Amino acid sequence: MADETERGLESSLRRKLLMGMAAIPAIALMPKFALGAGPATAEVNTTGLAVTDDEVTVGILHSITGTMAISETGSVQAEKLAIEQINAAGGVLGRKIKFIQEDGASDWPTFAEKAKKLLVNDKCASVMGCWTSASRKAVLPVFEQYNGMLYYPTFYEGLEQSKNVIYTGQEATQQIIAGLDWVNKEKSAKTFYLLGSDYIWPRTSNKIARKHIENHLEGGEVVGEEYFPLGHTQFNSVINKIKLKKPDVIYAIIVGGSNVAFYKQLKAAGIDMSKQTLLTISVTEDEIDGIGGDNIAGAYACMKYFQSLDNENNKEFVTEFKKMWGEKTVIGDVTQAAYLGPFLWKLAVEKAGSFDVDKVAAASPGIEFTKAPEGYVKIHENHHLWSKTRVGLAQADGQYKVVFETADLVEPDPFPEGYQ
Amino acid sequence: MFADYSMAELGSIFVMQGFAGLILFSVFLLMALGLAIIFGQMGVINMAHGEFMILGAYVTYFTSQLFLNYIPSLFSIYFFLAMILAFIASGALGMFVEWAMIRHLYKRPLDTLLATWGLSLILQQLYRSFFGAREVGVELPEWMMGSIPLTDTVEVQINGLFVMGLTLAITIAVAVLMYKSSWGKQVRAVVQNRVMAGAVGINTERVDRYTFALGCGIAGVAGSAFTMIGSTGPTAGQLYIVDTFLVVVFGGAASLLGTIASAFTISQAQSTMEFFLSGSMAKVITLLGVVGILMLRPQGLFTLKVRR
Repeated sequence: MADETERGLESSLRRKLLMGMAAIPAIALMPKFALGAGPATAEVNTTGLAVTDDEVTVGILHSITGTMAISETGSVQAEKLAIEQINAAGGVLGRKIKFIQEDGASDWPTFAEKAKKLLVNDKCASVMGCWTSASRKAVLPVFEQYNGMLYYPTFYEGLEQSKNVIYTGQEATQQIIAGLDWVNKEKSAKTFYLLGSDYIWPRTSNKIARKHIENHLEGGEVVGEEYFPLGHTQFNSVINKIKLKKPDVIYAIIVGGSNVAFYKQLKAAGIDMSKQTLLTISVTEDEIDGIGGDNIAGAYACMKYFQSLDNENNKEFVTEFKKMWGEKTVIGDVTQAAYLGPFLWKLAVEKAGSFDVDKVAAASPGIEFTKAPEGYVKIHENHHLWSKTRVGLAQADGQYKVVFETADLVEPDPFPEGYQ
Repeated sequence: MFADYSMAELGSIFVMQGFAGLILFSVFLLMALGLAIIFGQMGVINMAHGEFMILGAYVTYFTSQLFLNYIPSLFSIYFFLAMILAFIASGALGMFVEWAMIRHLYKRPLDTLLATWGLSLILQQLYRSFFGAREVGVELPEWMMGSIPLTDTVEVQINGLFVMGLTLAITIAVAVLMYKSSWGKQVRAVVQNRVMAGAVGINTERVDRYTFALGCGIAGVAGSAFTMIGSTGPTAGQLYIVDTFLVVVFGGAASLLGTIASAFTISQAQSTMEFFLSGSMAKVITLLGVVGILMLRPQGLFTLKVRR
């Protein structure tokens, strides 16, 4: 085995050398204009990525089987749409994007293994992928070791930053603080009941929410904080407790199948959302599909994107998305963030004038994308996005009505001081 | 934590909390009945029980869509038809599975664990491929939503009452079938001594097949009922499987009364602790308690006295 690998290395080295030598006269004789569309491959790709004269390979790494397939399907669809649109408009540096899709199968070691395959065997110039924090944490060492580029779409808990990752979703403070301020001002909310599924994202997010409520909101008080195992389906006891404590706001970060059970039981218990304010950061239009619009109508959600956003970019995006994936599909926050990935990568590559990962990473801060469905976004020094935060009111038809948006872009702050 | 509340408030919360415990009891019992028959009577460790439930849930979903699109005037009563269809669909699948797989494994009960676990993975992926990876929302008729206010502060959930009624009906039906009918007698005879039952002229293969189908069919009805309180997706069955086994094993495998007692004990313990502690802690303590009791009484709460 060891022999074989060595021989493999040797021969690939020899091939490279030969190819390199063969290329020398060609480059010397025919400089730039040798290739019609873009700059010469040897110039834009000095690290051996899968870039040819007319193609560049990227990876898509999501779960299309297993528990997480529910959530990740939308991201895959958005990324494919973005790639198709970029190709239709002429590709990146004159090269069409070809994608290799791998299935993480909702299993974190599989994610790491597939990430390695995409980087080492397929030499992908960048990878759009992952959804849960656990999968991101699993692939992060792989991307750092083999120097890959990951575009990660989900809103998440923060406390992370890597040269090799661009976070296209919001980190926790971006998503949470604006929403709490709004509900405090608009609904004069003072008392909060925090709920969550029992894992890192809801716990970290509620920690930030609690600090903000107690330290920054006038008279703010947390009257209860509770977590439930993933997949918990019985919420009657906690609903009784909420009825007893009568908080101004129920702040819910419940995910997955539990979500459906929670909202159905809340409604069945006679909690009227027009009287009891409920603010969530975990229910996008995708989740409402499973919960049922009737069951959640009247709740507020705080995130950066809603399908109903009224701007030209978004109207076009929604039309194109439905044309490609069917009239009935819905688009949630993460789906939109996944759509940004390929475009941000394209802009960074063009700014850097190269596919090399180091150059793309260095060129990324400051990249502005004006055609984003959520509106203008910009990459921060810390590889997160500047973005607006919005509050939506859930409607019975499964859509959100936008009731508030921050005046300016909110700065991403993955390591918030005073919130840890 | 009660210092700030009036007696009336505490009283009404006490009533509602008692009711929440009863709902949880009904849910647990309904989940466990099908498995109590399959695991308790036949000794088959059916890890795909949750997937049979979800088949029932999907049947309910498609029935609701059918009524919405073609006969909206009868939408308010579609749920009853959906439950019957769910019973037939899950029962039929159960019968097929018994014929194709389980009957070859009766002499190797531990292998059924692996085989049915594999079956559950296969079924999950089939649901995902045919019905889509996303969860579906089952629409309920108006009268099944919301709650009945008994007093100003005490409210009773209609879907909770519905589940309680359904559980009661199915439990009685199963008890009558098992302990009063001649078919039930055959089932129990096969369970106690397969060879002897065959020798006195009982068609043991057919009894096995129908018993398994009955268990699966009841799982289908349970899944159908749970569309009211839970989610319907390819992997939603996994949410129920642990609690289901917990109830059946804790109760003593072969005893219907044991299943009822164990569902009651676990649900009351859990809902009371959830009220005073947090959700995660309640689950941990419940599981610890069950482990402790099973160490002292490995056969479960109730056991059948049989000469082995």
